[in-house]
Amino acid sequence: MFESLSDRLQGVFQRIGNRGRLTEKDIDEAMREVRRALIEADVNLGVVKEFIGAVKERSLGAEVLKSLTPGQQVIKIVNEELVTLLGSEQVPLVHANQAPTIIMLVGLQGAGKTTHAAKLAVHLRKGGQTPLLIAADIYRPAAINQLQALGKQINLPVYDEGVGETPPKIVERGVRVARDKGNGTVIIDTAGRLQINEELMQELVDIKALVKPHEILLVADAMTGQEAVNVAREFNEQVGLTGVIMTKMDGDARGGAALSIRRVTGVPIKFLGTGEKIDALEAYYPDRLASRILGMGDVLSLIEKAQSQFDENDAKALEKKVLSGKFDLEDFLSQLQQVKQMGPINQLLEMIPGLGAAARKQDVQVNDDDLKQIEAIIRSMTTEERRNPQLIKGGRRKRIAKGSGRQIHEINELLTQFKQMQKMMSAFGKGGFPGMGGGGGGRGRFPGLPF
Amino acid sequence: MIMKFFRRGQRDEKLEQSLQKTRRGVFKQVIELFQRSEIDDDFFDDLEALLIGADIGADTTDQLIDELRAKIRERGLHQPAEAQEILRADMISLLKKAVRYRRVKILQRGVPYVILVVGVNGVGKTTTIAKLARYHQQQFNRQVIVAAGDTFRAAAIDQLQLWGERINVPVIAHQPGSDPGAVAFDAMQAAHKRAADVLIIDTAGRLHTKDNLMQELGKIRRVVQKTVPDAPQEVLLVIDANTGQNGLAQAAAFAKMVEISDVALTKLDGTSKGGIAFSIVKALGVPISYIGTGEKMDDLTPFSEESFVDGLFFEKHEGEIPV
Repeated sequence: MFESLSDRLQGVFQRIGNRGRLTEKDIDEAMREVRRALIEADVNLGVVKEFIGAVKERSLGAEVLKSLTPGQQVIKIVNEELVTLLGSEQVPLVHANQAPTIIMLVGLQGAGKTTHAAKLAVHLRKGGQTPLLIAADIYRPAAINQLQALGKQINLPVYDEGVGETPPKIVERGVRVARDKGNGTVIIDTAGRLQINEELMQELVDIKALVKPHEILLVADAMTGQEAVNVAREFNEQVGLTGVIMTKMDGDARGGAALSIRRVTGVPIKFLGTGEKIDALEAYYPDRLASRILGMGDVLSLIEKAQSQFDENDAKALEKKVLSGKFDLEDFLSQLQQVKQMGPINQLLEMIPGLGAAARKQDVQVNDDDLKQIEAIIRSMTTEERRNPQLIKGGRRKRIAKGSGRQIHEINELLTQFKQMQKMMSAFGKGGFPGMGGGGGGRGRFPGLPF
Repeated sequence: MIMKFFRRGQRDEKLEQSLQKTRRGVFKQVIELFQRSEIDDDFFDDLEALLIGADIGADTTDQLIDELRAKIRERGLHQPAEAQEILRADMISLLKKAVRYRRVKILQRGVPYVILVVGVNGVGKTTTIAKLARYHQQQFNRQVIVAAGDTFRAAAIDQLQLWGERINVPVIAHQPGSDPGAVAFDAMQAAHKRAADVLIIDTAGRLHTKDNLMQELGKIRRVVQKTVPDAPQEVLLVIDANTGQNGLAQAAAFAKMVEISDVALTKLDGTSKGGIAFSIVKALGVPISYIGTGEKMDDLTPFSEESFVDGLFFEKHEGEIPV
């Protein structure tokens, strides 16, 4: 849908031509693109204007480093400033001196409070805690059932009093229960509410006054538009926030709302919600969010994912095989499995700068099902055949097709493609193997990377 | 050298000012804008800020402003008030472009009119379904059945059943975790058997980027087509008015998978303006059909282009807008 900012800036500077120093005109033109990218990412316009002003100021006198093109230099500045603005470090959750640590989740309707109450509980349990969840949403039909169901699923206690009591009363008694039973943490799930609903905002203030939560986290949807600033500011001014959880980050929203919220409230972002599974809660890294907002791909995440999945020694062994042209279908299969472990293939593609946009443009659908089919075909081969694909002739093809439930032409296709791949690999040989952790070269091996 | 530019001081004040503006509510700003004495660059800058601030998006904003500039030049206008009229008309006509794509809704006796409700997580699908059921019941005296097709989210079925009790509508449901296609199948059977006029099918919220979950919607669609070939006669995409530019990607992905016929814009009782509707209409030609304005069962209204645009910018409001 969106062209990445790095592609666009490269376009701008190609038009201008490569000169050693950034002129005001160059920068103005580049800033127009930056501005647009930020608006498309839903960063609040007030915040965008301020940001552009600062980047421009810094870019003006800046000398272009020898190793960079002017476009790369500007992106570098934009990225650095964005990271600064997003908060340069991670801020962990507060741990109360005297148990229980009380965490209250607040936000608009549909942001994901109930789901994240459960995710947060699981996260804290990993750290050795036994959290108690308190169901304080008495308004949305079945909200309490939802939390109870989640509690059962994750095997953690949920305190509720049905819908007949007021939330402050429920919370007060729930906290007492936690104290008595020795729960180290309490997580309060409150009802979704509009920041302009005085009565419901007062309810949060009342709860706060009664139990004095150590953390009040705003749960905010990553897809939120320009109003994110007003929502966050009102919650902050009326209730006082200590952190933010950005949810639904597993979609393709740029998440510029995070920047607006951070800028307006000054409150740190503490977690990102990245899926519907109960463990899909990630720590927050400003640099990654910065590249995402700019549409430059989450390179660091990808590299880290790759590194955590590929065993370094295996990688080296594999690289040797590739270099010597001995990469066979057996190796290919084990590669496939490692890629699969890294997560849905579409999500991975999205993280590679340039590739995400290119794939969208050409409407490329890389399906995890395709991978499964390839896997099925290779698994229907004997070890001998995997090591020497040239053995596979008519009879064997028929057998493999039958075994994997595919057509013969699909087997042929795979074999042809594999042959081409082997050829490409020997050509690659000198430059290392893309996507492999451990080997030299680092980020530079990804296509279209700005720096 | 990294210069820290977000230190307290001059720049902070500027941001505060600009945000203070948004807090005062766009209405007042609009009134001020169009009461100015002349049309100059500042006028267009501030107008742009208003449109972007309403989540109308950079492209659509550019288009609206370019057209406005051209018309002002052609007609030799100088008064902001005249510009206001042109802009209002342009915005309404942009939204009305989708009307010609609107599928004519025909209810046949003995054939259930099937509405499939889809959208990303947390936009208000279940609540909208309750309101929509109530709407068909109250406005047209139709017999409505609802299918609890969200078998994934914890207690989504309970939520729909509670609504069903409140508005007195039967809810066809299976166990949590069961196949939504099977729920749809049973609901179709029930709709035929009870000669229901309208069947509304709830689905689990899904991000439009999740290929396998999107495929599942296609399956539900095929299931209902087994007994009624042109079902679902209505595929309703629910969009949260708080959604920013990602709303267009959402709409495009759902349209591709299940041919959405209508859009419901929810949570318009908040401070968000729902400007993403313009981009959706412009890019996909799918009409906005309903707006949701609250959590009560009657808070659903058929969409009117005029009132939506007036509600965005042009309504005459007395005094301060509570924001």
